[in-house]
Amino acid sequence: MQLTGADILIKSLHESGVEVVFGYPGGAALHLYDAMYRQDKVKHYLVRHEQGATHAADGYARSTGKPGVVLVTSGPGVTNAVTGIATAYMDSIPMVVISGQVMLPLIGGDAFQEVDAVGVTRPIVKHNFLIKNVDDVASTMKKAFHIATTGRPGPVVVDVPKDITAQVTEYIWPKDINIRSYPTTPDADVGQVNKAVDALLASRRPVIYSGGGVLLADAEEELIEMVRLLGFPCTNTLMGLGAYPYDDSLFIGMLGMHGTYESNMAMHDADVILSVGARFDDRITGETGTFAPNATIIHIDIDPAQISKSIHAHIPVVGDAKQVLQAMLATLRVAKAKPNEAAIKQWWKIIQGWRAKNSYAYDNSSEEVIKPQFVVQKLHEVTHGNAFITADVGQHQMFAAQFYGFNKTRRWINSGGLGTMGFGLPSAMGVKIAHPDADVACVTGEGSIVMCIQELSTCKQYDLPIKIINLNNRYLGMVRQWQEFFYDRRYSNSYMDSIPDFVKLAEAYGHVGMQITKPSDVEGALKEAFVMKDRLVFMDFITDQKENVYPMIAAGKAHNEMHLRPDFGSDSKSSAKSGTKEK
Amino acid sequence: MRHIISILLENEAGALSRVSGLFSARGYNIESLTVAPTNDSTLSRMTVVTRGSDKVADQIVKQLNKLIDVVKLADLTEGAHIERELMVIKVAASGTQREEIKRLVDIFRGRILDVTESTYIVELTGTSEKLDALISALELTDIIEVVRSGPTGIARGVSALKA
Repeated sequence: MQLTGADILIKSLHESGVEVVFGYPGGAALHLYDAMYRQDKVKHYLVRHEQGATHAADGYARSTGKPGVVLVTSGPGVTNAVTGIATAYMDSIPMVVISGQVMLPLIGGDAFQEVDAVGVTRPIVKHNFLIKNVDDVASTMKKAFHIATTGRPGPVVVDVPKDITAQVTEYIWPKDINIRSYPTTPDADVGQVNKAVDALLASRRPVIYSGGGVLLADAEEELIEMVRLLGFPCTNTLMGLGAYPYDDSLFIGMLGMHGTYESNMAMHDADVILSVGARFDDRITGETGTFAPNATIIHIDIDPAQISKSIHAHIPVVGDAKQVLQAMLATLRVAKAKPNEAAIKQWWKIIQGWRAKNSYAYDNSSEEVIKPQFVVQKLHEVTHGNAFITADVGQHQMFAAQFYGFNKTRRWINSGGLGTMGFGLPSAMGVKIAHPDADVACVTGEGSIVMCIQELSTCKQYDLPIKIINLNNRYLGMVRQWQEFFYDRRYSNSYMDSIPDFVKLAEAYGHVGMQITKPSDVEGALKEAFVMKDRLVFMDFITDQKENVYPMIAAGKAHNEMHLRPDFGSDSKSSAKSGTKEK
Repeated sequence: MRHIISILLENEAGALSRVSGLFSARGYNIESLTVAPTNDSTLSRMTVVTRGSDKVADQIVKQLNKLIDVVKLADLTEGAHIERELMVIKVAASGTQREEIKRLVDIFRGRILDVTESTYIVELTGTSEKLDALISALELTDIIEVVRSGPTGIARGVSALKA
């Protein structure tokens, strides 16, 4: 069958199982958009800014496990998409971004809307392609999806010159592809698996620490089985929340900069740490020189480059988290040795002591001022903990991570690695499109939400009844918090003046707006909003201006040097505003 | 510590920039880099000389391995290997200098490729240290131009870097 490059490309999306594409047309992409128009298998969602397209595709991918697909034009189309591509890259999200390019003979000549898309995106993609021959369109697309979705997933950019999309060739969808330098993920080394199991069984103060890799590998069942079989404490990273149920007694909460006291102290004092699909990011480790000083580190990762990158792994196990955990479970089930019951019991006693500090506690006694944490807790209640929660970046993101409580994977959608403000609303669109019957809430702040506010228009066009939970403290809260702690309260450019009237703004876009100013109105307002199944409701919660996220490990500090909340909670005596070293 | 990393990569546009971009993005240093196609025209062989701790070198190898265009690579400094660099050097050579420089080139087993009334062009192949030594032996004022290829290398014995 003879087809144009554009038709082949769109057809290849369908062949790859793609149902939805997020994009924005432009000159170099016109043939592609014409091909899109002449078919009905792939649905295209028109966003209002290309950053929104990438985040929407990202939210779709994170909540489904399927690759997100983006279609943009050349030049500003692809540069606008860069932030979203980098966001996906940092969190290993499968994504294919197709960008139009100027015609081949014009490339390099500073043509209208020309940018070196392959060059610009090279450091933030798993791989990218510039198609120079119409015969390569189908095979390149096949390769792009293969690379994006296998191994450690990531974004792939395919740059297609306009003349290639107009040329005609015989359409052949390749059955197989061969990329000689891209090996399949090997099964875990049996020797390493045995070593890991032996170390776990010999441990006296173990911690199981899991990250986003468990979600990407759909390995949560294996993780849960492992934790329960051993009876060991489990902590999740920000990216890994939901892999282990938050309300299970073996779960000691999130770890890292704003994680629980018990999880960070347990990491610090552990003698064996089993890391599954996590990469010892600086927000997790704090100062690497003082990280878990006495621990034997077992590191399971699909990407060999993560092993011993920031923290030396004593027992590295390279492989897919699901397969490795299955292999370890099989070994554990037949192992003669059992965990050291007495030692583990003693370990739990110590952990319970840390847990008793109740490090997330906050003062909720005011009848006048809404605490942001309280809104998130009520959001959990009203949605029965079943909603998909997307977040932007800042204090609200940490409050959502700390207080929502996730017991399923792929429900917590946030930009962990890159920390992209503007991610919340468009990613919620992708989630809602993938899960039209589920509750989808975007927890955001008045700083982040305006970074992609234009997508309210997309939500109107496609009737996406997202609930926006705006925790409005009139400050760039996380910046303000750091300025309070580390810059002697010089609040340089962190106060938000001239904030829009969000109720009117929501209404201007054709949605429902609400403003909530009293704690006693929070629950009722949330209930009212979630009852409106077919409407987007923008809920502007006017919250405490100076609330801080606690606990906190300052950048470059050790896990046992956490700041606990100074003004409230059971630990009020032992911690000061400047933070107290906990020993 | 100095590491010589030999890389077989797809002979495709942009492959070189992926490698050099990785070095700059991750803050690895490149002392020299040479690249040319191999007997298999779909493959290029690249030799990168870098400096860093064993931990950094380990990261470089792992990160390079992740690049889709990198087919295979090896850190030659991990085993016995041979290194060769080519230098072409233009020196001022007139009067009594001419004989002296000729003798020096013979001692280093270099070759004179071009002769004018006032200059020689000398070719010298060897380890980088040997090339350095010739430069040191020449009077600084005599050196007009130096072109060095950067080292290339190959492992000794039967082991080979092949696709």
